[in-house]
Amino acid sequence: MAEVSADIMLEINDLRVEATAYPPGEPARELTLVEGVSFSLKKGEVLGLIGESGAGKSTIGLAAMAYGRGGVRITGGEIRLNGRDIRQGDARALRALRGREVTYVAQSAAAAFNPAKRLMEQVIETTLRHGLASRAEAEARAIDLFRALSLPDPEHIGRRYPHQVSGGQLQRVMTAMALCPHPDLVIFDEPTTALDVTTQIEVLAAIKEAIRKTGVAALYITHDLAVVAQVSDHILVLKSGQMVEYGPVRQIIEAPQMDYTRALVSVRKVDHPERPADAGPVLSVAGVTARYPGTKLDALKNITVDLLAGQTLAVVGESGSGKSTLARVITGLLPATKGHISFAGRVLAPALARRSKDDLRELQLIYQMADVAMNPRQTVGTIIGRPLEFYFGITGAARRERVQDLLEQIEMGEGYVDRYPAELSGGQKQRVCIARALAAKPRLIICDEVTSALDPLVAAGILKLLANLQAREGVAYLFITHDIATVRAIADRIAVMYRGEVVRYGAKSEVLAPPFDAYTDLLLSSVPELRLGWLEQVIASRRMESGGN
Amino acid sequence: MSRMPLAAMIGLMFTAAYFLSAIFAGVIAPYGMAEVVGDSWEPWSATHLLGTDTIGRDLLSRMIWGGQTTIFVASAGTVLSFSLGATLGFVAAVRGGWVDQLLSRTIDLMMSIPALISALVILSVMPVTLPVLIVVMGVLDSSRVFRLSRAVAADIAVMDYVEAARLRGERQSWIIFREILPNALSPLVAEMGLRFIFMVLFISTLSFLGLGVQPPMADWGGIVKENKEGIVYGIPAALIPAVAIATLAISVNLVADWVLNRTSSLKGGRGG
Repeated sequence: MAEVSADIMLEINDLRVEATAYPPGEPARELTLVEGVSFSLKKGEVLGLIGESGAGKSTIGLAAMAYGRGGVRITGGEIRLNGRDIRQGDARALRALRGREVTYVAQSAAAAFNPAKRLMEQVIETTLRHGLASRAEAEARAIDLFRALSLPDPEHIGRRYPHQVSGGQLQRVMTAMALCPHPDLVIFDEPTTALDVTTQIEVLAAIKEAIRKTGVAALYITHDLAVVAQVSDHILVLKSGQMVEYGPVRQIIEAPQMDYTRALVSVRKVDHPERPADAGPVLSVAGVTARYPGTKLDALKNITVDLLAGQTLAVVGESGSGKSTLARVITGLLPATKGHISFAGRVLAPALARRSKDDLRELQLIYQMADVAMNPRQTVGTIIGRPLEFYFGITGAARRERVQDLLEQIEMGEGYVDRYPAELSGGQKQRVCIARALAAKPRLIICDEVTSALDPLVAAGILKLLANLQAREGVAYLFITHDIATVRAIADRIAVMYRGEVVRYGAKSEVLAPPFDAYTDLLLSSVPELRLGWLEQVIASRRMESGGN
Repeated sequence: MSRMPLAAMIGLMFTAAYFLSAIFAGVIAPYGMAEVVGDSWEPWSATHLLGTDTIGRDLLSRMIWGGQTTIFVASAGTVLSFSLGATLGFVAAVRGGWVDQLLSRTIDLMMSIPALISALVILSVMPVTLPVLIVVMGVLDSSRVFRLSRAVAADIAVMDYVEAARLRGERQSWIIFREILPNALSPLVAEMGLRFIFMVLFISTLSFLGLGVQPPMADWGGIVKENKEGIVYGIPAALIPAVAIATLAISVNLVADWVLNRTSSLKGGRGG
């Protein structure tokens, strides 16, 4: 790595980043966020930084422009950009550098744009600020970039305000903003993570094309190995702020050396054999239509699905397709306007307030964000113990014993009963939520995106736990997700939803096999595959189809 | 647990001193509340540490007895305004719909008339006794507590854990007192200190205007009123209760700030 080459754009040697944590009620503590990270990046190359949350990906990305978020300090190592060590630069030098040589694309475009200014104004702001071009030149360049990023109506989209374009378009506009001042290096910090898969693929293709055309070097930060495999030349795998593996993309994907990388590569390959449809339905949704009070649009239109006892029905679709609304209707939070729902042989009252205690007990819900699904002022013992007390009248020592039992079942063991949610990790929090649902001895658990906020390895652990619990307790799952890999790992039946309707429904083997309807085809083909050249292949086949029509 | 900051310590010392002297007024006051023991406006001396008042009563004794009345009325008023305001605020936030509309608009109506004016109007037609004073002040002040607790609870009521409790079939009282209240406590405690201070000012104002605590009972606002003529002659008797009101207000505020800091940084706290 000491080899000096003229076209090395960014070189980071033995980077060390520290921060001071102020845990409430305890003395301040020094934390090492990143340690001993070294890599180099040539002109026109893309380096993928991958790792779970807390691995230091974003910290390294920001360090590449000699920046640390509040309280974060770069305490060691060299950051050489175009041969200069930018760590030594003063505020003026850094100001000249940022937005000119290095630019940044943030995860949430919606939060990064000023809603009160037109897009063009914001896209060319840095270019004008650094005096790199006249307004007319900058606007012309921006329009070229809009075109390169396949934005609709590139000549006029700049006149719109941020809320007048979709999330995927806004993300592309931000990419244009980053590329506008002709930077040498662009840092992409999870630019597609907040997007739906069907949108993600377009943005991904646009970003890749723009990188190729402008010849800029890029750091691409993501937690999704399949995404990074499509855009990068090299991959750096990180764990707890340290380098795990660093190499060309083909070697990382096809011949990973370290156990951790191997786990990451194989995490998506979990499969679940479909069970025969021999049990009776535990839940039948028949012709259900629903709308939110005060709106004029049906959020659900004539939904009919069955869920067999002890099996799993996956409800798949992008955001806004009505998946979560279906969960709200089944739980009674949003009464259906038409149709009926039968559960365990009885017809459920549409509204929550009219349902019996047994109806409530046997139908449990697990939320996406375990953080806000648990009262921060209650201990794990209270959170899991309350359903025991409420439904079965178990109190005192018996309750504590049963809580411990449940903790064993979710593979957490001793020492957690008196902890608060803030003292648990993300995966543990979700496990406690599962235990709370189990405590009610339900027949059906609705899992609303329960793994989508978790890192891939943690999510895999949760899916495995859910499968084990199903085998042991015979509980049925209604599994709401946008992730096809999750569906493959857990479902027996699948319902694909689009704009409030079920567009495809049946056994997993049927739904995931051709012939497809147009939407399912789009959805399935948009899910990134861990295969080199996948993106080009999909885009090419889509072009061919639309050309053929 | 962090060490107690100096400001909080001073605040706590003063607050404790005032509350203790109020509780043990009967023991420490050298003379009776309305006992005439000398000439009017005698200067400070060994027998009358703060001198005497306009009709020759011992001012230190008046201050101690007056503190008892003021602090008692203010505390009782605060408790009433909190129980009433917080309960209604939580109910409005949890129930929503017409219940919320009805309560919120009624409170808006109440707040559109300055509390002092409403109090003066009500007290001018009612017999002015301590219980009436407490109820009038508590009810009028509860509108502010209602607004705060409704806003705080509305934030919490949309959390998934509250929805989870609803789905479990919990009663309204469980949701209010076990799910929402513990998470709403820190802003409410801070507000409680502030409300108490406003209560002290409120009762003092009323007494000063002659519609509060009635003579011969002593309270700080009343003592200012009785001795205000003396200021013209350079007699400081009216300033002493004013100083007492100010120092009590500041010290209670310091304590409330510290409590807020502590409760909001507890394990699992909401971070403010």
